[in-house]
Amino acid sequence: MVTRQVGFLGSATDEGVAVVVDVRLPNVLRPLVGGEAVVTAGGETLREVFDDLASRYPGLGPSLRTPEGEIHRHLNVFLNDDDVRYLGRLDAKVGASDTVTLMPAVAGG
Amino acid sequence: MVKGSFVAVLVLPDWAWQVIVAHCLEGLPLEACGLIAGTTEQGSLGEVTYVRQAHPAHNAARSARVYTVEPKDLLNADRAAEAAGLALVGVWHSHTHTPAYPSPTDIAQAPDPAWHYVLVSLSDMEPVVRSYRIVAGRAQEEPVLSSI
Repeated sequence: MVTRQVGFLGSATDEGVAVVVDVRLPNVLRPLVGGEAVVTAGGETLREVFDDLASRYPGLGPSLRTPEGEIHRHLNVFLNDDDVRYLGRLDAKVGASDTVTLMPAVAGG
Repeated sequence: MVKGSFVAVLVLPDWAWQVIVAHCLEGLPLEACGLIAGTTEQGSLGEVTYVRQAHPAHNAARSARVYTVEPKDLLNADRAAEAAGLALVGVWHSHTHTPAYPSPTDIAQAPDPAWHYVLVSLSDMEPVVRSYRIVAGRAQEEPVLSSI
């Protein structure tokens, strides 16, 4: 497999272009990624981005998805300005320079 | 809240108090909610959080007993805070006919131990505003000052 850099949009391989996105994390998840507020991850769907995050930061995975593989209901996930609940959730397609924002649900009574 | 010899306080200016209470009253008979943004400083007085922005939000649950901050309102408030060099520092919500004290639901669902949880009780003629830190399943009231 041959890999070459294509500007800042990601790298191209003979299997296609790998999309890299920024992932913004809330305070409570930052300790799981070394304290960073923003990390990068690759994938063409949100599911692949989460898979990449889990492989890079093993402690983060369980905070993102249930054992059944769904997004935790206490986690809000935005793809740029949109709530991924309306974009197909983990099937949402991501593009180069997209931003995924994670925020905990804020609720009570 | 006393931590050793230090005190943690929330500085909630009068304008923010008015925004919060007005939003809660407007939300009746349902619970209302919103987000506060500002800065936190460590000094000789201890930890002091200054509220610089108050962002009324929609209660996506549309209930008189529970609230959920509308996710888009949460995102927009976070962005507005960041644009001003601030951070979200907490959330307010109303109790329409119970005291301004965190319910078991509030404690169980508190999303961030670093946040301030402002409760507004509308059970009496005069609104009551109190603030709490919720850490490890325990709520501890903190002083709320209009200025410092």
